[in-house]
Amino acid sequence: MFKAHRDLNMRLDLEVISSLVTPRARVLDLGCGDGSFLRHLRNDRGAEVLGLEIDPALVGRCIANNVPVVQWDFSTPLSFLEEKSFDLVILSQTLQETKEPDKLLQEIVRIGKLAAVSVINFAHFSCRFQLMFRGEMPRTPQIPYHWYDTPNIHLSTIDDFRKLCCELGFEIREEIPIPARFPRLSKLYPNFFAVGGVFLLKAK
Amino acid sequence: MNIRFETAGTLNADGSNAILIIHALTGDAHVCGKHSPEDKKPGWWDTMIGPGKGIDTNKYFVICSNVLGGCSGTTGPLSTDPDTGKPYNLTFPVITVADMVKAQKALIDHLGIKKLLAVVGGSMGGMQVLEWAVSYPDMMKCVIPIATTTRMSAQGIAFDWIGREAIQSDPQWHGGNYRENAANPARGLGVARMIAHITYLSDESMTRKFGRNLQNKESYSFDFAHDFAVESYLEYQGQKFVERFDANCYCYITRATDYFDLTAHANGNLVKALENVMADFLVVSFSSDWLFPPADSHELVRALLRNKKKVTYSNVISGYGHDAFLLEVDTLGSMIRDFLANQMQEVENV
Repeated sequence: MFKAHRDLNMRLDLEVISSLVTPRARVLDLGCGDGSFLRHLRNDRGAEVLGLEIDPALVGRCIANNVPVVQWDFSTPLSFLEEKSFDLVILSQTLQETKEPDKLLQEIVRIGKLAAVSVINFAHFSCRFQLMFRGEMPRTPQIPYHWYDTPNIHLSTIDDFRKLCCELGFEIREEIPIPARFPRLSKLYPNFFAVGGVFLLKAK
Repeated sequence: MNIRFETAGTLNADGSNAILIIHALTGDAHVCGKHSPEDKKPGWWDTMIGPGKGIDTNKYFVICSNVLGGCSGTTGPLSTDPDTGKPYNLTFPVITVADMVKAQKALIDHLGIKKLLAVVGGSMGGMQVLEWAVSYPDMMKCVIPIATTTRMSAQGIAFDWIGREAIQSDPQWHGGNYRENAANPARGLGVARMIAHITYLSDESMTRKFGRNLQNKESYSFDFAHDFAVESYLEYQGQKFVERFDANCYCYITRATDYFDLTAHANGNLVKALENVMADFLVVSFSSDWLFPPADSHELVRALLRNKKKVTYSNVISGYGHDAFLLEVDTLGSMIRDFLANQMQEVENV
């Protein structure tokens, strides 16, 4: 499972999110996997953490990792979490799997003083080339699935995501492109060269 | 007052490895192991507790006592009223879950334990776990309420009512003084158990176990004797129960669960009732439990989160219904083992 956060070093977006966490911050990770990222945030960044995870097996591994976790299907309302009750709400490469990404975004911006969302860029040149020259659904290290077995039902591009954030009236505090190979070009033309992006969002 | 209890494992030098296990409605103090090798059955949670098991008695000191009002050694309706020299029967005061917890607190004080590592229990045991966390917030590092609720539902109260009605309408009931009349409302108690037993199962588990199978016959008898396997099974459960349990105790203990409402600590406000808890929580529910359904645990978890308490919640996917808390040994065992190990580590690090 790619969300197991096992190779923290391999996930540049998680490094970026980690750098956004201040000591003693209350951090909520939606779709926290086995909790190893939250464990890192607590042990190395001094955060107070909570994870939500739908998969019972991964919940068990969070417990082993000593990370507080609530087994929850967050396509059901998160209304029990109070407004601004967390300093940072994290959604890392999870949005594309959710049924109503726009509603979920509104929820996390409500719950968190800030929200860090890591999105996969479907407009990365590798995806574009696979579609254009091979005529096949793109597969990349970020989206390694076949069209028939993918959990990703709402993939977007960086530009798409930015547009949605504007439509929903969020303030985009920061936008950090996640490069695979061309860091400078990724900064200049993220929607073509970056494999993903981390957005730091806030309710206006 | 008398309290029967059993222990397993050894209390460590600083007394930091003690775990209180609380039994469910009809359990007793005999929680694990066998008293003698000839015993037919080990303690009621032997699959979970013992050397190398989920709650490892090589590491932890485990305590389990029979609840107040019980019929397995602790003071209850069967005990002798010192004023009359006769058994209390129905003159025993109606007790609450909070009373049961007070009795356990007296035991823990008696044992000289300043702070428990954990308080663990399922079903009615889980109610007491919650009561512990609210009433004595600094007495434990963590709590593990399993397959339980913060307040008895109308459905739960309804089943308890029918159970007691079955007992009290048995001609041998004699207003609770059946012993003095050389009688026993065994049929009533058996029926009460059969009804309750259904609430511990699920449609799925009953279908899987019995379906429409017939018991030792090829075709329907077209009378009212046992035809179906499920009928024989319930009858057997009822009979077995009558041999080990007392009708008055059953009335008193079920009544205590009816009255259980954690929100009574704060005028019906669960969030406020949990305001002062200090323990870390591991809340566990089971997907097919319809007696204390996952929604009840959700309510607890939400209220704890509102209070910014440290809480972990797992809803175990299981077809066993309420009984899953005794049957899902592997899943529950590894969760509890890991959780306790981390809690113990935190205690040692302080």
